[in-house]
Parts: sequence; structure tokens; C-alpha cells
Amino acid sequence: MTVEPILVMQGIRKSFPGVAALKNVQLRLFPGEVHALMGQNGAGKSTLIKVLTGVETPDGGEIRLKGELIQPTCVGEAQAIGISTVYQEINLCPNLSVAENIFIGRFPIRGPAIDWKTIERESQTALAALNIHIDVTLPLASFPVAIQQMVAIARALSTAAQVLILDEPTSSLDEDEVERLFQALRQLKQKGMAILFVTHFLDQTYAISDRITVLRNGEFVGEYAASALSRLDLINTMVGREIDEASYAAETAAQTGSVAADPYVSACGLGSTGTMRPIDLDIYQGQVLGLGGLLGSGRTETARMLFGIDHTDSGTIRVGGEAVKLNSPRKAVQHGIAFCPEDRKTEGIIAELSIRENIILALQARRGIFRYLPKRLQRTIADEYIQQLGIRTPDAEKPIGQLSGGNQQKALLARWLATDPKMLILDEPTRGIDIAAKLEIMELVKAQCRKGLAILFISSEMSEVLRVSDRIAVLRDRQKIGEIAGKDADEQSVFRMIAGAES
Amino acid sequence: MNRLPAPFLAGLRHRLFWPCVTLALLCLVNFYFNRGFFDIEIKNGALYGSVIDILNRAAPLMLVAMGMTLVIATRGIDISVGATVAISGAVVASMIGGSLVIQNGVQSYVSNVPMPLAILGALAVALLCGLWNGLLVAGAGMQPIIATLILMVAGRGIAQLITAGQIVTVYYEPFFFIGNGFLLGIPVSLYIVAVVLIALLLLIHRTALGLFIQAVGINPVAARFSGISARALVFWVYAFCAVTAGIAAMIITSNVKSADGNNAGLLLELDAILAVTLGGTSLAGGRFSIVGSLIGALIIQTLTYAIYSLGVPPEINMVVKALVVFAVCLIQSDALRAMLARHVLRTGEAA
Ligand SMILES: Nc1ncnc2c1ncn2[C@@H]1O[C@H](COP(=O)(O)OP(=O)(O)OP(=O)(O)O)[C@@H](O)[C@H]1O
Ligand SMILES: [Mg+2]
Repeated sequence: MTVEPILVMQGIRKSFPGVAALKNVQLRLFPGEVHALMGQNGAGKSTLIKVLTGVETPDGGEIRLKGELIQPTCVGEAQAIGISTVYQEINLCPNLSVAENIFIGRFPIRGPAIDWKTIERESQTALAALNIHIDVTLPLASFPVAIQQMVAIARALSTAAQVLILDEPTSSLDEDEVERLFQALRQLKQKGMAILFVTHFLDQTYAISDRITVLRNGEFVGEYAASALSRLDLINTMVGREIDEASYAAETAAQTGSVAADPYVSACGLGSTGTMRPIDLDIYQGQVLGLGGLLGSGRTETARMLFGIDHTDSGTIRVGGEAVKLNSPRKAVQHGIAFCPEDRKTEGIIAELSIRENIILALQARRGIFRYLPKRLQRTIADEYIQQLGIRTPDAEKPIGQLSGGNQQKALLARWLATDPKMLILDEPTRGIDIAAKLEIMELVKAQCRKGLAILFISSEMSEVLRVSDRIAVLRDRQKIGEIAGKDADEQSVFRMIAGAES
Repeated sequence: MNRLPAPFLAGLRHRLFWPCVTLALLCLVNFYFNRGFFDIEIKNGALYGSVIDILNRAAPLMLVAMGMTLVIATRGIDISVGATVAISGAVVASMIGGSLVIQNGVQSYVSNVPMPLAILGALAVALLCGLWNGLLVAGAGMQPIIATLILMVAGRGIAQLITAGQIVTVYYEPFFFIGNGFLLGIPVSLYIVAVVLIALLLLIHRTALGLFIQAVGINPVAARFSGISARALVFWVYAFCAVTAGIAAMIITSNVKSADGNNAGLLLELDAILAVTLGGTSLAGGRFSIVGSLIGALIIQTLTYAIYSLGVPPEINMVVKALVVFAVCLIQSDALRAMLARHVLRTGEAA
């Protein structure tokens, strides 16, 4: 290649107590390319990005931007030299408005005051470029995770100068939004921007990237041209052993066995004025009910109503044939319902508590304050799930916040499996989980299902919903518009149903 | 570079390390100016000495600091503890009142209401204060500092109402035992602290209370979504905090043999918050240490003792106290320590 790389990282090393997160890693970014950084959960991708942007200080190695040695010590410094980043965990201020979040740290001034008009107008344009049309004066927290992710992206796009880094930006986006993001990225690429992109979706990797760098266990495995590396080879280099995606898929698609005659949870006309129109759902033990729909169709809202988080003002819920009032998560947990929320950082993990404490938390909550699980038993339970789910950690006493994103997700799944639930609500359970682990986890969930667990499954990946669900309830505009049997459904039929309801 | 041995490093990183160092330093300062600081002697079967005196005087603060620790661990704060002390002090003093009766040449003390009843009544009133705070914070969802500000402001007025604007003096000898008495040579107040401490530690370590409080403090939403009834927990934590203030009020009232609605427990809330912070519990909630808060309370009391025994002029003793507290907080700041470490590393590399 005749072009010089704009950014070179060499011999990067970084250790945390008990883990060598990066061992002699290298990375090159060329102007006008999209570069995919690939690797399993805990491979060191986010750490590499944090080292590059000054969030973490490397133990060794050098970083050169346009040939010059740089050593950013904070995010602001990295941004000032033209590197802007969207981190894996959204790090915006939830109580500030969308516009403030996009412009924070660089408010335009007119005369003696901040120029709010400009801020609002330009935020609107920045979001419109991603085809998002929202009221930018509302607080960020009032929007769903996907929109928040888009806001973070819009912020990075509007500040990016030379290098743009996106750590799993698409984990909660729908296909449409991903496509819009990709369009924006292609434009930036044309202008000569270097883009580093992390994702666990292979389709996306191949759709947008020119070159691929693979990390494994904190080590640099290789740098490849995307066109020269087949999908299977990519998986094998990441995992370090042979994995056949297709065989896994075939296995998970096998329909589940016995199904109870009566639904375990049955919602009838369940609704909440202003957020959800009345909905009927029957969830059977031994079956997976998928919720299909686009962003904002009310999938998460449905889950929240069933778990007693959001207030409902119409309809009834029956659990095991008995009418119950689920007005708090505690009640739901006591009825054997479990809920893996979609936003693991704000609704899932208790960051400073250990992995052990996080795993036993829901079980302990169900037992109540006084029937305390002995420490030894806690450790046994935690170790069992760490092993079963392959959570990558030296021991169970590490704060969960120090795990890589995908491993946190696994620990949250463990928290609920430990309660031995009757019904499990999974809202984007594979968000941020690598391809090998995703197959393993879905297999595990299916195995639980065969043992009689009822599952409500939500995913923005329609193909995943189709693969695992026995039945699919299709939602649109916060309303259920129909139900299809899993074996009859394909993406076309679901989308046709959604489109049909439109006319 | 030669490395320090691992256990030593672990000790350095232990959360109680810096609070302990601070306390030890303050004791050494006292010892430097007063060689008799660590001396303890036995007079009339009771222990006397500076250290005993500090422990004894710190008892009310230690009690309140324990309650405050739990409140702060849930991301809250309770600035009404001083007012709660004033109220329950007023209640117990006016219920006991008391007078010396001489009958057939025999002196005996008579109280208005039986003493145990009076104490129970005062503690119940303290509990009521806590339930009110809990209701506002957990029930109505008010900001803790605003919610408890209400009682902080109103409380002293209520105490004045109870005592009819007077300082109520207690004339009932048995009551003085709580704040001035000795049992097996050790001040009674320290037994009270020990009982509350042990009960609390058992609750925290032998039940899931500690885990739940931390979970709620670190991430209330995630805690609720895990099935913890976060509201009930927060509610009872405020109730408990007020009860510790009530117990402290018994010691304070008994110690000064009177209840002064205006001055009893004045600024106690600030000392308690300070004790909790000095003990290494973050005001942001989450991880907490009861023992740390006790050490924090002792730091404050030792500092006060040093200021008095050094004869610092009363006009400036608050300033001196503030300066020392400022220095201690700096030492305990992780950010500052990291900055210093980096500085040392850089100069080390350069050399
Ligand atoms: N602050 C920290 N303290 C201790 N260990 C850490 C810390 N941050 C990361 N690690 C460890 O470093 C390793 C690499 O983590 P990293 O977050 O870079 O993985 P990743 O490749 O981004 O994974 P994922 O795909 O799950 O996001 C993990 O084993 C993780 O536990
Ligand atoms: Mg990551």
C-alpha cells in the first residue's frame, strides 16, 4: 500500500491485577478505511481502545498519530488531537438533554452566553443525518437504549476529525438503523477518515470493513484484508479452534419437546395508557415466545409490564392459572419470573459488587433478608455458573464492572438461572456476546426450555428471534398485530405482517 | 525497583488503612505534647485516663455515625439527627424530671414517669422521627437532603415546645448512670456502643442486609430489578438512623443532666457525616464500613481533645479543626494519591 497509516499502535501491553488484558498488540489504521477489530469477549478490544484514547495508561508500547508519538491521558486530550470515540457502555449524561449531550464540552458561545439555538439546530441536523427525528431538548434518559446509542454516535460523528472509534455501536440497533449508520460511515470514509469498528455481528463486519484485525486472549493474531478472509476462517482465528456456525444453528432450530397444556403466564388485555395498548400473550412452559417488531414497537415495554416494573391500568395476568397482581419486580420474582434487562449497565449489573454477589443477588432477594445464603454456598453457585457459562475471570471475587461487556452479560444470565425461574424474560440477551458464546448461550437457554422453562425472547436481530422461537408475537406501534408459529415464519413473513398493518 | 512484600501491599490497599493511620498520628501528636496521654489509672474501681475520656465522649457520635453509615450507603443523607437528639432528649428529660424526696430522714429520688418507660418513650419518639424521614425519602421520593432538612429545621422547635422553651434539668440519680456511670471499671456508654455495634455487625454479616444495602446504594434500579424491595429497605434505614440518634440522646442528656432544645446535639449531623467519610465510606453510596465510621468518630474526638489540651485559643479552634480535617480528607483521596504516585514514578523514571 502506498498510503501511510494515520495511526500505528505497536507492542501495546496492559495488565490488570490477575489478568494480562493486552500482550504485545499492534494495530494500524489507514485514512479512508473502515477497520474491524474482532475477538471474543474479553479478548481485549475495549481495553485497546481505552489505551488509545487515554482512559487507561498502557504498561508498554507506543502509539503514533501521523508518525508522531502521542500519549493521551484523558478523553478530552484524545479528542483534541482528532480521535473521537463511542465507548461500549454509553457514557453520556442521562439527565442532560440530548442536545446538551451532543455538544457537552464544546458549547458554542455567542456574546456572553451559550448559544442554545445553534446547539439545538445542529443537534437536530446531526441526528437527522442518522434519520433520527426526536425532540432534542428532552433528557437523554427519556429515550430507549437504541436512541441513546444513536445520540452517542451522532456526538462522535460531529466531533470526529481524523480517527473515529466505535466500540460495539450497533449492539442494540435494528437493521435499518445499522444501515443508516453505515451510510454515514461510508461518507466519512470517502472524506478520508479512519474508522475503527468493533462488533460481534459478522454480517456487519463484512458489510462495511476493508480490513480486519483479530485479537485472541489479549494477543494480536493477525491483520487481514476483509475480502481475503472467509467467514469461517475469521471465526476460527477468533476462537482458536474449529467452530461450525451452521451445525449449531441447525441444532438450536430443533423444535422443543413437550409443551404444557396451559400457559404458565397469560396476559389478557394488559395495557398501560400512553405506553402500551392492551395486549394478549400466552407463554407456555417448554416454549420460546419471541417478540418480533422494530425499534419502538413496544417489545421492552411488554417485558416491563410482565415483570411488574411499569404500572399497568388495564387487563389481567394469570400465573400458573391464578390471577395475580404484578406491581413490583419483587412480586414477579416470587412468582418465578425472571427478567434480563436490555440495558445491562444501568438496569443490570451492580458494578462495584463482586461477580459472586451479583450472581446470587436475585436468589437472595427471593429468599429475603434473613435466610442468608452461607458464603460457601454462594461461592459454589457462582463458580458453577462461571464454569457453565464460560465467564472469563480469574475468580468470582472480582468486581463485575471489571469484566468485559460480554462476560457481564453472561453473569447477569447466571443471576437469573440461579433463581431456577419458571419463566425467563430475555431482553436482548446476546447483546455484546461473541459469536461462539452466543451459540453456547442460546443452546443453554434452549436446554433450560426443554426442561420446562417458559421463555419470552426479545432481540433486535430478527434472524435470531426466528431461529429460537416456537411462536412469534409481532408488535407494531405498541400494539400486538398478530402471532405466527415459528416453523412457518421467515423474515419476509414477519416484515410483511408489520408492513401490512401499516396500510 | 525492589518490590514491597505482598501482604504489606494488601494492607496498604485495605480500606481501613488510612483511617487507622490518621487516628494513630493524632494520638502521637497528643502523646508528644502530653506524655501522660496513654496512661490509664484505676480510681474507685473505675478506669480513668485521656484515652478512656476520648472513648467515652465519642460514644454519642459513634452511635449516630453507625446509623448515618447505613443511610449514606443507600445514597442518602440524614441531616436531622441533631434535631432528633434534641427532641428525644427533651422527651426523656421532661418525662423523668425527678425530685429529691426526704421521707423519715431517708433520701430517695422520685421520677415523674418510671425511668424505663421514659427511655422507651423517648426512643419511640426518635423512631417516629425516622419513620417520618423514611416516608418522605422512600415513600414520596424526595431528595434525602431536602426531606431531612424539614425535620432538621422543625425539630428544634418541637423540642422547645416539649420543654416549654426552658432547659429541663433532671433530678433523678439513677438516670445519670447512663452517661456517667461505670460498669466493671468501664464507662456505661461504651457498653451501649458495643451492644449496638455487635447487633449491627451481626445483621450486616449474618443476614443479607449488608448485601442489599450496598446493591441499593450502588445501583438502585438494578437492585429493584433483582427483586429487592429497595423502598422498604431505605425506609427502615432512616428509621434505624433516628433510633441511634435517640440512643445518643439518652447518653448526652444523662451526661449533662439536662435537656436543652437549642443546643443538644448541635452540629452533630455534620460530625456524623464527617465521621462516616473519614472512615472511608463514600458519599456516593455503596460499599460501606461500620468499623471505619467508628474510627472516624474517634478521629474527630481525638482531634477535639488535642485542640483543647494544646490550649488552642477557642476563637480559632474551629479553624484548626477544619484545617486538620481538610488535610485528612486530602490524604484519603484516591485521586490525590494516584497523582502523587504518578509524580513519584515520573521523577523516578527521569532519574
Ligand atoms: N478495569 C479493569 N480491571 C480489571 N480487569 C479488567 C479491567 N478492564 C478490563 N479488564 C479485563 O481485561 C480483559 C479484556 O477486557 P476487554 O473489555 O478489553 O474485552 P473485550 O474484548 O472488549 O470484550 P467484549 O467483547 O466482551 O466487550 C478481560 O478479561 C477483563 O476482565
Ligand atoms: Mg468490549
